Amino acid sequence: MAILDILTLPDQALKQESAPVTEFDDELRAFIGDLEETRRNGPAAVGIAAPQVGYFRRVVIVDCSTTRKPVPNHGRLVLVNPEITHWEGYEMGREGCLSVPDYTGNVIRATHIHLLAQDPYGHDLEFDMEGYEARAVQHEIDHLDGMLFVDRVVSRRTDLFQRKVYQKGGKG
Amino acid sequence: MSNNWYMLTLIGEDKPGIVASVSKALFEHGLNLGETSMLRLGGNFTIMMMVSGVHGEADLRDRLKPVIEALGMCLHVDPIQAHLHEHLLPNIQVTVSGADRAGIVAQVTAALAAAGFNILDLESDVAGTQQKPVYIMQIAGVAEVPVEAIERALEPLRLDGVDVNVNAVETYIG
Ligand SMILES: [Zn+2]
Repeated sequence: MAILDILTLPDQALKQESAPVTEFDDELRAFIGDLEETRRNGPAAVGIAAPQVGYFRRVVIVDCSTTRKPVPNHGRLVLVNPEITHWEGYEMGREGCLSVPDYTGNVIRATHIHLLAQDPYGHDLEFDMEGYEARAVQHEIDHLDGMLFVDRVVSRRTDLFQRKVYQKGGKG
Repeated sequence: MSNNWYMLTLIGEDKPGIVASVSKALFEHGLNLGETSMLRLGGNFTIMMMVSGVHGEADLRDRLKPVIEALGMCLHVDPIQAHLHEHLLPNIQVTVSGADRAGIVAQVTAALAAAGFNILDLESDVAGTQQKPVYIMQIAGVAEVPVEAIERALEPLRLDGVDVNVNAVETYIG
């Protein structure tokens, strides 16, 4: 296993859309091992997406089981070809990114999502997620769509009701 | 050229184009802009800008004089011992609301300070109606102590009929 280099802003590759995974082979699983090791190496990283290390396939990892105050979560998840099929509610929360060092900002995310994905062997997965974990997955899927959270940061005084942030595809 | 930072504070009546004209003047004089924060409040405008690349306070004032005078604003300049990349992350946020009354900010902030809570961000609004004004305050900050300790510190205010909400801020990094 290896720790991979993380692309950081202003690397334009971060704006690239990632392609679906079609081959669920050993090569994919070896990459996922490296991606996980890279996530664990990142300062306080809860999640990571494949394009952040220059691998433009739809793979993300999140682990919301280690927050200071426990939050509802499904443990460590490797999500291949993740797709949100339902959004509900919204709230503001603070985010940062391995690809944007020394910057955090408030972002509006859906509070409840329904998620379809596959595991590293191509088996179907399905989750209902809420709060922090739902935020994690939305942040990571944005990476797969070539979108960074800095493009979603809202000012403290921004009127929540004037913003229509969520559309399918994440290009809100 | 020196790399020392200066904090430039501009205050005046809000009008369109202030940020554009000031940052253009800074750019044309070859000055570097660090972090900035602007705010509009009650028809007034204020912006703080970290600026470097000047020979001193007088030099900075000289260079900005024409644009500041044209905008009719007040300029304040301080040499600062500051650096970029020193952001502090809030780990607790407090929301306070209640009937508008004198002293509420002082009470809340005194209780927070005594509990070891360092305020990073404070914002308050008077909502409600003319007859029934409601005071709403949002505070974000850092504390080494747990959320429960901050809750306890603010308990006396609750007994006073003020609504207090204390939440851990869990910043997502990914
Ligand atoms: Zn990220």
